[in-house]
Amino acid sequence: MGVEILMPALSPTMTEGKLARWLKKEGDAVKSGDVIAEIETDKATMEVEAVDEGTLTKIVVPEGTEGVAVNSPIAELDGGGAGGSKGTAPGQDTAMPQQPAPPAAASPEVGEVAKQAEDYGAVAQRGADRKEGAAKMGEAAAAPEKDWGPTKPMTVREALRDAMALEMRADDKVFLMGEEVAQYQGAYKISQGLLDEFGARRVIDTPITEHGFTGMAVGAAFTGLKPIVEFMTFNFSMQAIDQIINSAAKTLYMSGGQLGCPIVFRGPNGAAARVAAQHSQCYASWYAHVPGLKVVAPWSSADAKGLLRAAIRDPNPVIVLENEILYGHTFDCPTADDFIVPIGKAKVERAGKDVTIVAYSIAVTWAMQAAEELAKQGIEAEVINLRSIRPLDAETIAESVRKTNRLVTVEEGWPYANIGTEIAMQVMEAAFDWLDAPPVRVCGKDVPMPYAANLEKLALPTIPEIVDAVKRVTYK
Amino acid sequence: MAQAAEATGAKRRGKAASAPPMTQDQLLQAYRDMLLIRRFEEKAGQLYGMGLIGGFCHLYIGQEAVVVGMQACLEPGDQVITSYRDHGHMLATGMEARGVMAELTGRAGGYSRGKGGSMHMFSREKGFFGGHGIVGAQVSLGTGLAFANWYRESRNVSLTYFGEGASNQGQVFESFNLAALMKLPVIFIIENNKYGMGTSVERASASRDLSKNGAAWGIPGEQVNGMDVMAVKEAGERATAHCREGRGPYLLEMKTYRYRGHSMSDPAKYRTREEVQKMREQSDPIETARKLLLEGGLDEAALKKIDDEVKAVVQEAADFAQSSPEPDEAELWTDVLVEAR
Ligand SMILES: Cc1ncc(C[n+]2csc(CCOP(=O)(O)OP(=O)(O)O)c2C)c(N)n1
Ligand SMILES: [Mg+2]
Repeated sequence: MGVEILMPALSPTMTEGKLARWLKKEGDAVKSGDVIAEIETDKATMEVEAVDEGTLTKIVVPEGTEGVAVNSPIAELDGGGAGGSKGTAPGQDTAMPQQPAPPAAASPEVGEVAKQAEDYGAVAQRGADRKEGAAKMGEAAAAPEKDWGPTKPMTVREALRDAMALEMRADDKVFLMGEEVAQYQGAYKISQGLLDEFGARRVIDTPITEHGFTGMAVGAAFTGLKPIVEFMTFNFSMQAIDQIINSAAKTLYMSGGQLGCPIVFRGPNGAAARVAAQHSQCYASWYAHVPGLKVVAPWSSADAKGLLRAAIRDPNPVIVLENEILYGHTFDCPTADDFIVPIGKAKVERAGKDVTIVAYSIAVTWAMQAAEELAKQGIEAEVINLRSIRPLDAETIAESVRKTNRLVTVEEGWPYANIGTEIAMQVMEAAFDWLDAPPVRVCGKDVPMPYAANLEKLALPTIPEIVDAVKRVTYK
Repeated sequence: MAQAAEATGAKRRGKAASAPPMTQDQLLQAYRDMLLIRRFEEKAGQLYGMGLIGGFCHLYIGQEAVVVGMQACLEPGDQVITSYRDHGHMLATGMEARGVMAELTGRAGGYSRGKGGSMHMFSREKGFFGGHGIVGAQVSLGTGLAFANWYRESRNVSLTYFGEGASNQGQVFESFNLAALMKLPVIFIIENNKYGMGTSVERASASRDLSKNGAAWGIPGEQVNGMDVMAVKEAGERATAHCREGRGPYLLEMKTYRYRGHSMSDPAKYRTREEVQKMREQSDPIETARKLLLEGGLDEAALKKIDDEVKAVVQEAADFAQSSPEPDEAELWTDVLVEAR
């Protein structure tokens, strides 16, 4: 009996991919280890290997097809008489990416489990939802504070790359350093093409030695060079946090203003999808606590490009907290050569009169979705995208609260001493008399990130939680 | 010690052919253990492709001889600790395939009740201390396990595994110094599979012989053919004996290879297919053991029986991993702190 080869999931954030190329055609014999097809994921082109022998009887999805959903059949293989296995685990006897599970043969429990897996997350369902929201928001967004003229759609990933390329072209003192940034083109493909353009002197692969290379970059910055240090993820910056705080942040002060440290630390921050406790953590509060550091957290492509450029030009250490799930999202981004977003300026992404929702990074997507939901219920939310965590644009927030009289903050980080805590306090200092309800924080739960799909969902803020919080402060 | 530092296990075996490091029975057991890891990992790869396993999933395929050979040298109470590439280590310590697989699918029946995932599992009972996601962190932790043995005056040793990529981390060298200074019973095992993600060892380390990385502290080291379970066992016996005699740490650089990408999402464009194919065809640890067993008089039928048994164990594990329920929602809030009494 023939078996179906299903579209494999090849990365934590993949929900669909492009079937780039078939390397076998119908009727071809396939043997173990043969590459049968190439698939483009959100990050890379992957080869699909066969482990089993058989004949490729039918190609279901022709090459060049985009948006092929994970787990949908792409081809059929005549298993050469194998088959007959228990039917529980589809995939028995086959290549890792092949999923021969004729739906009829699957037992009910398996079907249920597979469905749950889809529901709960074949990882970034969450991400996919957010993408839709994000696309809509592009239009809904309030007018940008300065009109930069024409825009074009681009991913956050491209925006970050362009920002680095532009600044590196403009200033030979700027260089990029980190794990896999050069030859591999970036673990998350942010530095794609930079090695080709700027060469190995300015795009430098380091060994896995965060404490050492961070210290080295800080030392170089003391001499006036302008390093961009990429942490593969911010989780690994904890290996280097002593150099970031004790050396980068404090030396200007300790030297009585002699030794500045113009350096950028950037990389993905916060939860990705199902990567568990040690790889899913938000560092906004950690770094924002430190005098001598600036901290920014872009949401859109424009934020990413504009803020990263500002960070590279800034004469101080700047932490740029990116988000892995947003990397592949597309937003309109100004094309002007001199486009930049000043550090310390928040942006009203959506105007409203009933409640102020303050968010940063991916939480802006959630806040915008919640605002959409609330609008249907007759509540007009104003959504503020912080962009900078430190310095904080307290004035823009206070101004909004003076209009709406209510405040909800949304973020992924833990509740204790988080950014929402700081915002609430600053709003009380600046606009206490205007508040008609105690501010409410919506944030990550006060636990390390669990791996299980259902628990991970619970650990992160949800749209209903934001809607509930708004109802609480508006007494609806 | 100086000679030991030079010789590979394979070379030594050639010289001392009279006493093979493993009997036919032991080799058969090792074959079975390696095959279990191989089949388990293949199945994990399939489940990942189906979306049943999420996040990062790092397979151990190709490196099986290392953990199986080392485990054969252990005594009750010895400890094992490693990185995120940990499924093989867990199976080698005797942790059950079903519990490991169910953790991979994030279910209540997993070793961490679904809360740890592929990179974070533990078994106090089997002396397995994880399962660590931060490159290099387990090296100081493993040194701490050895410290506890020293403190308790037991003869137990700590097997502390890490990649050649991890071997450059600062805390590795700090641990070398501590272990040598205090003569701690720790075996530092560098699993040199030639790459740390997309970076080859030559591009990451100026040291050309990682077994000498502890030389400044007088830590004896050997390069070992990590694709040969006999060679691993032989070197492991020397290392454990050294530690149990109270002579301090020992360093083994296992020359090995991973067949699959770094994790499931790595296209592995940094090496050629030929390179992988060559390792698979010429140095596969399981094939090598299989040949030796046949030469030693075992028949195909006996091997086939083992293959079938292993397949059944893995299939049972996969079934369990899919039928075990997701953790109860209340689990979100448990285990953050131990309740003080
Ligand atoms: C401190 C830290 N930096 C970076 C990473 C990302 N990372 C995970 S595995 C890996 C490569 C490790 O290579 P190696 O030590 O050779 O082990 P192998 O994966 O080959 O088993 C990197 C860079 C991490 N997990 N922790
Ligand atoms: Mg390695």
